[in-house]
Amino acid sequence: MTPLIETRKATRILRGEIDTTLVRDIDLAIHPGEFVAITGPSGSGKSSLMYLLGLLDTPTSGDVLIQGKSTARMDEDARAKLRLETLGFVFQFHFLLAEFSALANVTLPMRALGKLSDKAMRARGMDLLTRLGLKDHSHKRPDQLSGGQRQRVAIARALANDPQVILADEPTGNLDTASTEQVFGIIQTLVGEAGRSVIIVTHDPHLARRASRRLHVVDGQLAPVPEDD
Amino acid sequence: MGLAIDIAITHIRSRLRQTLVGVLGVATGVGFSVMMASLMEGSQRDFIAQLVDSLPHITISDDRRTPPPQPAALIYDEVEISNLSTVDRRRGIKNPLAVMADIESWAPAKVAPSVRANILLRQAGRDVGAVMLGIDPKREAEVSNIASKMVEGSLDNLVKASNAVLLGARLAERLGIRVGNTVTISSSGGKTMTATAVGIFRTGVAQVDDSQIYALTRSAQVLAGQTGLINELRLKANDALGARELAARIEAETGYKAVSWQEAHEDLINAFNIRNFIMYTVVGAILLVASFGTYNIISTITHEKTRDIAIMKSLGLRAALVRRIFVLEALVIGLIGMLAGFALGFAMTKALGAVEFRSPFGDATRLPVIYSPIHYGLAGAIALGASLIAAWLPARKAASVNPVEIIRGAS
Repeated sequence: MTPLIETRKATRILRGEIDTTLVRDIDLAIHPGEFVAITGPSGSGKSSLMYLLGLLDTPTSGDVLIQGKSTARMDEDARAKLRLETLGFVFQFHFLLAEFSALANVTLPMRALGKLSDKAMRARGMDLLTRLGLKDHSHKRPDQLSGGQRQRVAIARALANDPQVILADEPTGNLDTASTEQVFGIIQTLVGEAGRSVIIVTHDPHLARRASRRLHVVDGQLAPVPEDD
Repeated sequence: MGLAIDIAITHIRSRLRQTLVGVLGVATGVGFSVMMASLMEGSQRDFIAQLVDSLPHITISDDRRTPPPQPAALIYDEVEISNLSTVDRRRGIKNPLAVMADIESWAPAKVAPSVRANILLRQAGRDVGAVMLGIDPKREAEVSNIASKMVEGSLDNLVKASNAVLLGARLAERLGIRVGNTVTISSSGGKTMTATAVGIFRTGVAQVDDSQIYALTRSAQVLAGQTGLINELRLKANDALGARELAARIEAETGYKAVSWQEAHEDLINAFNIRNFIMYTVVGAILLVASFGTYNIISTITHEKTRDIAIMKSLGLRAALVRRIFVLEALVIGLIGMLAGFALGFAMTKALGAVEFRSPFGDATRLPVIYSPIHYGLAGAIALGASLIAAWLPARKAASVNPVEIIRGAS
């Protein structure tokens, strides 16, 4: 079975006065239906690894394959299209567009893809919001929503184009305990739907333990998961 | 494209305060550019009207630039001949009506015939030298603004009395002549006539007001002692600034000396060129400052959206689409600002044009302003151009930045 995401000696070096190696020689594969947690101390490169897996960043050397396709030689637009079609993102900060309603934020990726009619997009957007318990908040702008609600809108937006992989970078990092539980619970339910995989970056071992697999990153390289975690 | 327009309009509508600041910024730039341009060019036109239009644009006289060669010199061109008595030529322009018709047939100008004669005005035992212009009042009205400079009486009074004359205001004052008085006029040829003053004019040009009188062609011809004499044709060209070229052509075609106002008043030309330079410098500087202001505001608006650009790019929106959003926003703000600026500029020009100045001598004058579509077009185009560049440059930069750099910084 072709992995959804595969890396081959992926290395990312930040060029500057002093070169900083973010991640080095990463080889891994994410298969359909997997729930993968990326953990590691802060500054270990776990977010950088997620950005590489999500095509948000390009490896300095090595390759990232999406459903078997190499992305090393793709131009910016091709990578953007691949992101739009197959990947969904949730960040620590909700990153919703401040001027748009929850529904407009959710339908934005659909509109960018342009495969559905306006009506179908609205219907799908409402379905997603309803599923996330935000049916009555669809017209509200992000500043009228609570932190947990915003993050749920962000999840609905990540699901907009029914992606194969959801990548979440500390999605509960800014939330209180109750909201964390709710949002994490929702993310868990997304795993396995039509073979969908979820990759979550977290520093919280309790959450990480609920994943089906853990990738531990130390100093930009994969390392064994510590015993006491 | 629809998505870009939607996002752009949502941005513009939901950030009303910022949109308003942007629109106002563009509007003030456009408005003040338009106002300054209309004031500068208006005053330039006024300058032409005041100084140039009170003069004939071109004066054609029976003079020649070089003395006519004598017949003997033409025949014996290898021989030095001196002290032969010269052949007299009949004065005046030959067949003036035909010459006028010829000039009017091709030149973009109006022509009026006149007789210029040096005369002496005698009043209360004083003799004062003056220049008499014998004119045809109807044609004169087409080439000079003398009719509008009348203080007393009118140009038409010339035909209402026999031997009627119009006097310059300073001349009349100096001699104590009022409308209705009789004056004695004698010519250099010894002819004398008694004339009635039927009007007084004030052009504001001291030399003219001090030494010029107008009479009918016929009266002047009598004084000059030659019936049918026309020794000067005066032209008003449609384009005052092209008078020099036109004069050269008339001189070439007719053989008579044609002097443009530029040639007659070289000092005016210098003043004119300096004013032109000042005008273009001032208007150019204002346009530059205005476009810089526009650039500042629009680029600030775009810069503030850097995070949104990163978000949209991370979701998978193409960089070109993201850029288009901001260029569209700038276009809308620029367009609204431009239209508001047109209204502002028009209103300010109107207000300036209503300001009155009183001079101790003449009537009240108003600030000269003109309304030219060129000013609006130029100011509008520069404002729009500045808006587009101001959106394009930061949007291009933001759209080419890796979204990760912004996401990393924010979370």
